[in-house]
Amino acid sequence: MSNDEKRIGVFICHCGSNIAGIVDVPAVVDYVKTLPDVVFATRNLYTCADDGLTSIRDSIKELNLNRVVVAACTPRTHAPLFQSTCQEAGLNKYLFTFVNIRDQCSWVHMKEKEKATEKAKDLIRMGVARARLLEPQEEVKINVTPAAVVIGGGVAGMSSALSIADQGFPVRLVEKESELGGFIRNLGCIYQERQDAGIALKSITDRVRANPNIEVLLNSEVVSAEGFVGNWDIVIDTKGQERKDKVGVIILATGAREFVPKGLYGYGQYDNVVTLTEFERIVKEKKLPKLNSIAFIQCVGSRGQDKSYCSRICCNVALKNATNLADNWKNMLGLEETGKATEGAVEKAAPTETGERKRGRRGRRGAEVSEEEGAPAGQKLDIVIFNRDIMSYGVEHELMYNKAREKKVRPIRYTPKNLPKVGMEDGKLVIDYWHDTLQMQRKMEVDMIVLSTPLVSQPDASDISKMLKVPLGQDGFFLEAHVKLRPVDFATEGIFVCGTCKGPADIPESVSQGIAAASRAAIPLARGYVQPECLSAFVDSEVCSGCGTCIEICPFSAIKKNEKGVAEVTIAACKGCGNCGASCPENAIFMTHYSDEQLLAEAKAALQEAQG
Amino acid sequence: MSEFEPKIVVFLCNWCSYAGADLAGVSRYQYPTNIRAVRVMCSTRVSAHIVLELFKEGVDGVMVSGCHIGDCHYINGNYYTKRRVELAKKLLELSGVETDRLRLEWVSASEGEKYSQVISSFVAKVKELGPSPVLKQKKLVTNLVAAVEASKYFRLKTLTGKEVKLTGKGNVYDEVIDAQNYDALIDKAIEDEYRKSLILELTNDNARSVKELAKELGEPTDKTLEHVVALRATNMLALDHIEGTTPKYKAIFVGGA
Repeated sequence: MSNDEKRIGVFICHCGSNIAGIVDVPAVVDYVKTLPDVVFATRNLYTCADDGLTSIRDSIKELNLNRVVVAACTPRTHAPLFQSTCQEAGLNKYLFTFVNIRDQCSWVHMKEKEKATEKAKDLIRMGVARARLLEPQEEVKINVTPAAVVIGGGVAGMSSALSIADQGFPVRLVEKESELGGFIRNLGCIYQERQDAGIALKSITDRVRANPNIEVLLNSEVVSAEGFVGNWDIVIDTKGQERKDKVGVIILATGAREFVPKGLYGYGQYDNVVTLTEFERIVKEKKLPKLNSIAFIQCVGSRGQDKSYCSRICCNVALKNATNLADNWKNMLGLEETGKATEGAVEKAAPTETGERKRGRRGRRGAEVSEEEGAPAGQKLDIVIFNRDIMSYGVEHELMYNKAREKKVRPIRYTPKNLPKVGMEDGKLVIDYWHDTLQMQRKMEVDMIVLSTPLVSQPDASDISKMLKVPLGQDGFFLEAHVKLRPVDFATEGIFVCGTCKGPADIPESVSQGIAAASRAAIPLARGYVQPECLSAFVDSEVCSGCGTCIEICPFSAIKKNEKGVAEVTIAACKGCGNCGASCPENAIFMTHYSDEQLLAEAKAALQEAQG
Repeated sequence: MSEFEPKIVVFLCNWCSYAGADLAGVSRYQYPTNIRAVRVMCSTRVSAHIVLELFKEGVDGVMVSGCHIGDCHYINGNYYTKRRVELAKKLLELSGVETDRLRLEWVSASEGEKYSQVISSFVAKVKELGPSPVLKQKKLVTNLVAAVEASKYFRLKTLTGKEVKLTGKGNVYDEVIDAQNYDALIDKAIEDEYRKSLILELTNDNARSVKELAKELGEPTDKTLEHVVALRATNMLALDHIEGTTPKYKAIFVGGA
């Protein structure tokens, strides 16, 4: 077979009426047949259906096609299917090109059928121009070191470690603190069943400790990681002692911390203004002061104040604490034993809201009234949640919200334009707020204020991001490969992410993510080898001057200087972004599958006029 | 005559903008048919010379679209994209082509609506500018050939590639250059390299004098002389012959297949 002869087959999909309803597919087929090197062009009702795929396979064999172009939906969902179809027929999958004539043509030009048809012709001509220059590529197999490192010993990291260990692979669980547990160590009890957080935590740490496949390294950090999927050389630092190790996969579960609301709502200025986590700790340590009233303020520093995002968990945590207080306040305040005297004192001072709240609106708006009237008979602790809107998403959390309402926990809404103000009057904490329903400014005395501040990224997140070459999003949390379809993967193969280091999450969510990351990470471990896609850079060692520009630029440390002093690419680590290729001062770097020639041929083909 | 329908090439990064463009389709956001998208893994792949080459071929507009800064799938590729597009713009300007014909946009995978808006607004802009003047004016083609060559030349590539290092960690002497100075430095370098490339382009076939070149370049003779001296020093230009008392120079053809 002649190497030079290009025999291109083009398969154009109707996608039912999705494409054919707009684009004149038969006309496009006729046009495509006139393009140079196209020896076959056809249309299918659904190219991705069995008969479509069979027609690709048969045509490759019968007509000796050596390039295949499919014009259909989008490569993002369907390229792998057609590539494997080509492979089944003995055609290297890199000799396949996808042309998007649905998502980026028929669907966006629904009222311009003629122009959409012209555009489809152009797009396919571009695809054919690209196909003509494609080269077959051989994917290499690289062995995998069957071991994992999990960075972070919180609930996500521990769940992940357990899952990998149970699948039979050794795991190093690296925790920088002196004990396992992460953020949960701060908590008193877990919603919704009010289980003691310590007991819940112990059940999982015990399993981690007892698992022979897990090596727990406390007071430790991973300080360097070099390599690529299947073959990471890492260095673990334990109190100054460095240890070199080899692992196949890395799971990141470094967690988050609480935002410190310096200067907000009197925090740091007045006693008894605490954050949600401080409150949890106070309750856990049974150090709650005597209270008659308590206010939670939600969204402190989040949703556009300091941080842009919603921290997702604080509404539920505030509801949990409010409900617990409503149910169990005497016990929590240590009043159960102290007898009637103290209780009386509390009772007397209970309704604390000042202002015109006594004015009668009784009977007009039932719910409003009970909200305004404060603590009902039999309950003497006034609990208020200042909120922008309570986001108790999902089934269980909404029930918790209903329960809190039954317990007469009072939500009071504020808007970002009218933030409540915290001050001190006559030695008492006072919240001055705009009542949105009543449309009036009001004041309320409270004994304690709990500020619901968001979870924020760890201070060392950017160091870890640089070390592992994985991205952080705008808010400093780690950024997964795809928010919906690849939620625990990083774009870099062989590194996975779970828990609150990728954004606020509660315990069940962190556990699910931990297990999900473990199952993703176990894929290369179980398979035993990796086969990276051939989208890599190649250095022409004759032309390379060894200037090192590419080495500095490469986001994945995939380029090194070899013994001859010129740049060399580690194919398994290269992701094919092309930055080095575009930057090389000597134009010595060539991008496999996305060469300058291929890109230019494709783009220039757009400028020709379609005839016919 | 029917309305002018520009041909616009759009480079989309695989991870954000291509997905955003697909989302526009899934959501049925309609936009003009004038664009022809080319998928690249990262917007950083789009070298200035690829863009300029298309302008040389007469494209009416080019858009490069990548992930938002900070969201790049390859960590910081789009930071370099920004620099590359700026480089291409500057060279377009020097070549005499409207810089509004080249646009850089950040479109994330979730911004289908934004994608359709960005395309609509760019197509409208290019329609307003009218057809590309390039193929009708030989001088513009020559200028763009020089621009392509300048953008491929190692000095500009090194400066765009090493910016992060030089403005951050510093050079080998630990001198850190501040970003503003760096911009000025690059601008000056782009201008010099463009003019030098143009001199080579203009003297490819015909030997020319410094005065003639200065006229073509539209700059003072002494500036042109500086470029000629620099080109001679790097063995890219040579004295061809002397006409009367005027020396005439010709480009030295270097290597190549």
